[in-house]
Amino acid sequence: MKKIDKNKLILAVAAPLLAIVAAIVITSAIILSTGEDPIRAYTVMIEFGSKSDSQVWIVDKSVPYYLSALAVAIGFRMNLFNIGVDGQYRVAAFFAAVVGGALTLPGFLQIPVIIIVAMAVGALWSGIAGVLKATRGVSEVITTIMLNFIAGSLIGYFLQEGRLAEKDGNLFHTPNIPDSSHFFTLPTNPEPIGGFVVIAALAGVVYWFVINRTRFGFDLRAVGHSESAAEASGVSVKRMVVTSMLLSGAAAGLVGMPTLLGSSYNYGTDFPVGIGFTGIALALLGRNHPLGMALAALLWGFLDRTGIQLEFEGYAQEIVEVMKGVIVLCVVIAYELVRRYGLRLQQRKVGEELAALARDKGNGTNDKAGVSA
Amino acid sequence: MANHDIDITVRRGSVHALVGENGAGKSTLMKILYGMQQPDEGTITVDGEQVTFGSPAAAIARGIGMVHQHFMLADNLTVQENVALGAERLYGIGGRARQRIMELSDAYGLAIRPDVLVEDLGVADRQRVEILKVLYRGARTLILDEPTAVLVPQEVDALFDNLRELKAEGLTVLFISHKLGEVLSVADDITVIRRGTTVASVHPADTTPKQLAELMVGSELPSPETRESTVTDTAMLTVEGLHLSATDPDGAVRTVLDGISFVIRKGEVLGVAGVEGNGQAELVETVMGMRDPDGGSVTLDGQDISHTPTRRRREDGIGYIPEDRHRHGLLLEAPLWENRMLGHVTEEPNSRGQILDLKSARRDTERIVADYDVRTPGIEVTAASLSGGNQQKLIVGREMSHHPKLLIAAHPTRGVDVGAQAEIWDQIREARREGLAVLLISADLDELIGLSDTLRVMYRGSLVADADPATITPEELGSAMTGAASGHLEHEEAQGRQAPEDGDGGGPR
Repeated sequence: MKKIDKNKLILAVAAPLLAIVAAIVITSAIILSTGEDPIRAYTVMIEFGSKSDSQVWIVDKSVPYYLSALAVAIGFRMNLFNIGVDGQYRVAAFFAAVVGGALTLPGFLQIPVIIIVAMAVGALWSGIAGVLKATRGVSEVITTIMLNFIAGSLIGYFLQEGRLAEKDGNLFHTPNIPDSSHFFTLPTNPEPIGGFVVIAALAGVVYWFVINRTRFGFDLRAVGHSESAAEASGVSVKRMVVTSMLLSGAAAGLVGMPTLLGSSYNYGTDFPVGIGFTGIALALLGRNHPLGMALAALLWGFLDRTGIQLEFEGYAQEIVEVMKGVIVLCVVIAYELVRRYGLRLQQRKVGEELAALARDKGNGTNDKAGVSA
Repeated sequence: MANHDIDITVRRGSVHALVGENGAGKSTLMKILYGMQQPDEGTITVDGEQVTFGSPAAAIARGIGMVHQHFMLADNLTVQENVALGAERLYGIGGRARQRIMELSDAYGLAIRPDVLVEDLGVADRQRVEILKVLYRGARTLILDEPTAVLVPQEVDALFDNLRELKAEGLTVLFISHKLGEVLSVADDITVIRRGTTVASVHPADTTPKQLAELMVGSELPSPETRESTVTDTAMLTVEGLHLSATDPDGAVRTVLDGISFVIRKGEVLGVAGVEGNGQAELVETVMGMRDPDGGSVTLDGQDISHTPTRRRREDGIGYIPEDRHRHGLLLEAPLWENRMLGHVTEEPNSRGQILDLKSARRDTERIVADYDVRTPGIEVTAASLSGGNQQKLIVGREMSHHPKLLIAAHPTRGVDVGAQAEIWDQIREARREGLAVLLISADLDELIGLSDTLRVMYRGSLVADADPATITPEELGSAMTGAASGHLEHEEAQGRQAPEDGDGGGPR
């Protein structure tokens, strides 16, 4: 028993270690092939990334990444591939910005209203894919990708002067939300960190609790393990598909909030896009685990930040994107290798221990068999 | 390792049977012989030459081929295409391949029709295709993993004729089975494996099924006989006029259950015999609520549950031992204690309200492991790492722990060793004494006859015949399963009578 636990621990450490080593080796080889010095690149990254203003920047940047990863992970836990987080958070943030810009309530009311609107719109958008899958059997991969494009067009249509947006220089954006709706910040040096990091941490805890400690979470994981076994155990897989898509979309609704409530205060043509896709990579990287995904999000923030500096130091600007790709690949491969190895190891172990057990008490029965044979 | 000190010698041109409990290490041995797994020590010698197999391909190159328990055929291809698939280099895919197939088929009396789609073939035919596939690849030694598990008695006889044919042509057959009577009838040599090691090699002439079974288990052998009746007058499950249609992949709607009616009373075991694919699985799934019937009713303990969701039915007291435990009974990659919660997550001790009670669930899993003799080093290991018999004991323990009113047991001892089989039978018998109603589906006719109070035969979606388990023989049941007989089956004159009775399910009297 104990032995297996120890093995488990070693295996748990082995996978990320293997992935990191492989990723560093491959990236170094790539940098070398461009005729640059990889060691210097890493030194630059670490030095620049550990500066205090970089740290603030990284934390702020990783909050939406993390929320996006959570949204994707909810689907992943039951084998649903929600590629549509990108469209979901943009539609959600857009309509939340519209509502926020139109209302002037006290902050303690207006902020929750904006967040709830965002979550509801995100859920609605992903719910379309969920309902289509449950009722018509349409693959959620297809529908969510298409809904991303529809989301883009929908926002494009409304984000025009005279519709729901106003013109500001070359940009169009929704009316600014009132000052009372600006999210609080945490006083740090040299700049404050956006308070939404607290919400993100909370979301991580809720995610962990619901998935691991509730009946609903058990049903969800059961569907992820084996749809047929879950169905036979009494889970309505169709209802589960719709519910988890709704939850995934609601979580996606949060992704745009740190930006809307913390820095942009409106939804404009320059609102960040593509975070939904980053979330997919991060959910893979963090193995759908709340802490793993947090580390992954911070790593991504770090790479984003130091990538800019690498460019100043004369490295190709694409090198950081290459690193990201290499890391995701290495992690996915390393975990799968270690998982398979672990499974085989465990089967061997079980066989071994049972054989040992049998040998211990086997002698008595052997005699008996000898007599009867 | 699961195996140690295995010594086995198979003579060329013989049928050699390998028997042993599940988890005894038969499968591991087979995997080693077929190159799917490597031994830590010891040697394999083929024709006096020491060999090591790094992969199944290496084993095939040495003339060793395996027919798996679960067929590996592509349904939408013809027999010829299936045989040539993956072995195109040998004889191409056209005329030469066909010629070779027919040669082999004629030489060994396999009666292969190369142009038929595999989906149109019955189980026995598919098995012959699998055997042909192996021969086609040049195998001189065939390993058959529980080949008779899915066959009715008549088909088993035909298979054994094929095996004798192979033997006569100088081929060697290594044959795994749990059915000792069959082993004795076809094998030239028998090797018994227990707890990962070979414990005996016997000749069929010198032994009896009972002695063999005792060698396998290492102790006295129990039997499925339950003659004292515990049947009461209270109906527990009433099924009336059940009708179900299903749409097959081509979009055609066909009837899979037609006018099914029966009653199971408290303390009664109703056995349903039938060749697989005649609607038994659909019947089970309809009673479980996984399929919605389009006609008829299902009543449990006086309550109409025809359209209640599965979870409600489980909470209302239906226990379920599924036919395919990997697909329907377990989360293979989840630990045992999570598997203990599966299907009963809304009930004590697994949860309180919406929140899981992991501590109680773990503790109760420990109890099940101890009470039901699930052989495992702990409850944190995944279900996949247990042997089939132990997985099944866990499922039986789980279902029985919630004191079901009705137990649906589909092939409860399939792929389970003699020891575990006896324990499972005991569990069912004991619960039946306390008023449990059991719907038993099984391909093992001895089990059906031994455990059931009432027997029904299912054929093409209908219950076509009934029989009294006290007098009926497996052969008589077998002929009704192929549709040759219907109505009330009497011992001796099993033929002729029509009018399949429906309605009160009074059973054979």
